[in-house]
Amino acid sequence: MPDPTTPILTADGTPLKAKLAQTTRQLKWKAFLLTLPLVLFVVITFVLPIGQMLYRSVHNPAGSNVVPQFAEFIQEWDGQGLPDDKYVESFVKDLAVARKNREIGKTVGNLATRVNYEMPGSRSLITSTARKAAKITEGPYLDALIKINKKWENPAIWLTLQRVSKDYTLAFYLAATDMKYDETGKIVQADDLYQIYIPILLKTLWLSAVITVLCFILAYPVSYLLSTLPLRTSNLLMILVLLPFWTSLLVRTTAWIAMLQTEGIINDALVFLGAIDDDGRIQMIYNQTGTIISMVHILLPFMILPLFSVMKTIPPSYMRAAKSMGASTFYSFRRVYFPQTIPGIAAGTLLVFILAIGYYITPALVGGNDGLLISNLIADHIKKTLNWSLGAALGTILLVVVMVFYWIYNKLVGVDNLKFG
Amino acid sequence: MTTQKPFITRPGTIALYVATAIVFLLTFSPAVALAFILVFGIPLFFMHEMPAYTTTGEKIGKYIFLTICTMIFIFLITPILVIIPLSFNAEPYFTFTEGMLSLDPSAYSLRWYKDIVQFGMLDPTGTENWWSDMWNNSTWVRAARNSFFIALVSTILATAFGTLAALGLSRPEMPYRSAITSLLISPMIVPLVITATGMFFFYSQKNLFPFYPDGLSKTYLGIILAHATLGVPFVIITVTATLSGFDRSLIRASQGLGASGTTTFFKVIMPLILPGMISGALFAFITSLDEVVAVIFLADVDQRTIPRQMFSGIREQISPTILAVATLLVVMSIALLTALELLRRRSERLRGLAPS
Repeated sequence: MPDPTTPILTADGTPLKAKLAQTTRQLKWKAFLLTLPLVLFVVITFVLPIGQMLYRSVHNPAGSNVVPQFAEFIQEWDGQGLPDDKYVESFVKDLAVARKNREIGKTVGNLATRVNYEMPGSRSLITSTARKAAKITEGPYLDALIKINKKWENPAIWLTLQRVSKDYTLAFYLAATDMKYDETGKIVQADDLYQIYIPILLKTLWLSAVITVLCFILAYPVSYLLSTLPLRTSNLLMILVLLPFWTSLLVRTTAWIAMLQTEGIINDALVFLGAIDDDGRIQMIYNQTGTIISMVHILLPFMILPLFSVMKTIPPSYMRAAKSMGASTFYSFRRVYFPQTIPGIAAGTLLVFILAIGYYITPALVGGNDGLLISNLIADHIKKTLNWSLGAALGTILLVVVMVFYWIYNKLVGVDNLKFG
Repeated sequence: MTTQKPFITRPGTIALYVATAIVFLLTFSPAVALAFILVFGIPLFFMHEMPAYTTTGEKIGKYIFLTICTMIFIFLITPILVIIPLSFNAEPYFTFTEGMLSLDPSAYSLRWYKDIVQFGMLDPTGTENWWSDMWNNSTWVRAARNSFFIALVSTILATAFGTLAALGLSRPEMPYRSAITSLLISPMIVPLVITATGMFFFYSQKNLFPFYPDGLSKTYLGIILAHATLGVPFVIITVTATLSGFDRSLIRASQGLGASGTTTFFKVIMPLILPGMISGALFAFITSLDEVVAVIFLADVDQRTIPRQMFSGIREQISPTILAVATLLVVMSIALLTALELLRRRSERLRGLAPS
């Protein structure tokens, strides 16, 4: 009998255990190396850009770019009353230098915009002062500034300048969650009139939930039918699901415009049938209704496909067994069939919900004003108002929401189970 | 079990005839009567395969269920089918005119299809250099060229990287499989606006990219990279699905017979996963062809694609030309769908899943 304490050796004399570990390690590395090119590609073209966006939402160096010495100096100030003249002196001198600057991101305009985000109405204060800053040659500097504009008497502007001088700021997250700094630098809720982003975010979540529920109600019977029909018929009917799935999003949105507009097909048909008057045509598009109808249509296949693939695996004999033991159709459906479809329901609803939260194109085209979602607001800040940091902050909030649901999806369903067709 | 009467003489069908006649008398419209008989007749047609012991209540329940399903299918397919006849409208409207409904040939025309070609041309009626004028100046032709070029290159990138990664991911030894899979799938999950915003900032940076000192935004390369990233999840999902049914002992058999890793891949693995690769590539291709958010953020007028052109067309000057383009795209998606179905059958046959 071999001694159990001496290790078993392989042909070249190393212990079997070590050799096995080595081989496993090698195999792991080989598998990993195959994925490495794509991982690097996705990191560079996807993760880095998004990471940079996250960074941009907290990093805004307008202060230290435009008025560098002041930005460093002012941090010593205790924030009580008006600042000492030495701080004001460095501000005036920096401003005079910055006035000549033409480099992108370092002009006075940048500082003015940045201050204006936090104290609306102070943009012209900064730019007009900068124009006259070079003429102020001797102290007291604060009095000279007040002579230019009364607003410099307000301690709040100096507090704002102190905050803006820091490179890292939460100001854009405050703006994105409808909060602001008040006169004394405390964080407070914005006035009701300026409550914009939280209501839109809530509306986005609410509309996505409505769309998900509607998709589920429409998808469940269809998936059930498809899974119970003979293969030949269900393959044919599947085309009716897959064709919309494969058709361009823009085509489907255009089609819904043709269907829903006031001079469109549905209104024409209703007028023809006498259900409504010619002047009583229903406004079904360029509002929330339009967004909901077209998004339900666009996202429906994402609900049908996972439901169908789960329902296909449920043997019909279970329902028959329940019925033969005396259960009613409804009871056997509720207690036997429905519980088995829950994995498909989880997969479909989460997928539709995740996709709906981030939708941009359809709401932008058929949403009008009240059918807009958070994505449209983000795009507006990036493309139109050019408040990039606020856009990035809103984007980060949306990203966090989506990631939470993606994580739940991963836990409940698993990304490996994602399939098409 | 008694043999059933043929469909057209069953009592239910006769009731449907009567109901349709009443509807026709009420509305005097053949179109409405046709719609009525379709919506309520199709479910009736599928009713016949019921066992003899089915109660009347169950029969009614099943009929209601089938009617609901028919309506949902109509909801799914009508918008797509409806734009096809509308694109032949002779009038610049988005709806059916009187003439179209009464099938008057003069109410139909090909003018919007002509418009696709001619819009943007310097001299649409001239004969001299007509072809080169169309190729270089027609707005939609240029958009189509951009679309196909970008889609083709980004599909090649996504398929090559994606297949390689799927091969790694489907190995049993793969470490951190679920973390890496989630990372590679995430471009599909993260809202496009966020991806596009991030890429817009990233690619706009100057002096970061070799050969592109002004940054990658407003270049073809930027959009191609963006679309390749967005296509990757589809390739990963389809190729991994194909590989999950892959018999790994074939690899060992090939190696046992002395084949090298590359030979094994090209002679054994590749022919078997090719259908999956192609359908993944088709998914990536259609994703790129359909993608518009990244194009809005990253592209200049020179790189406008078909969906981008449609987007601004819908926003600015909506005309049936959009419907004509949409019809062509529907025809293309039907072709792609057919290709995919054929591939799926072939794949099932190769893997021995289907009987025929």
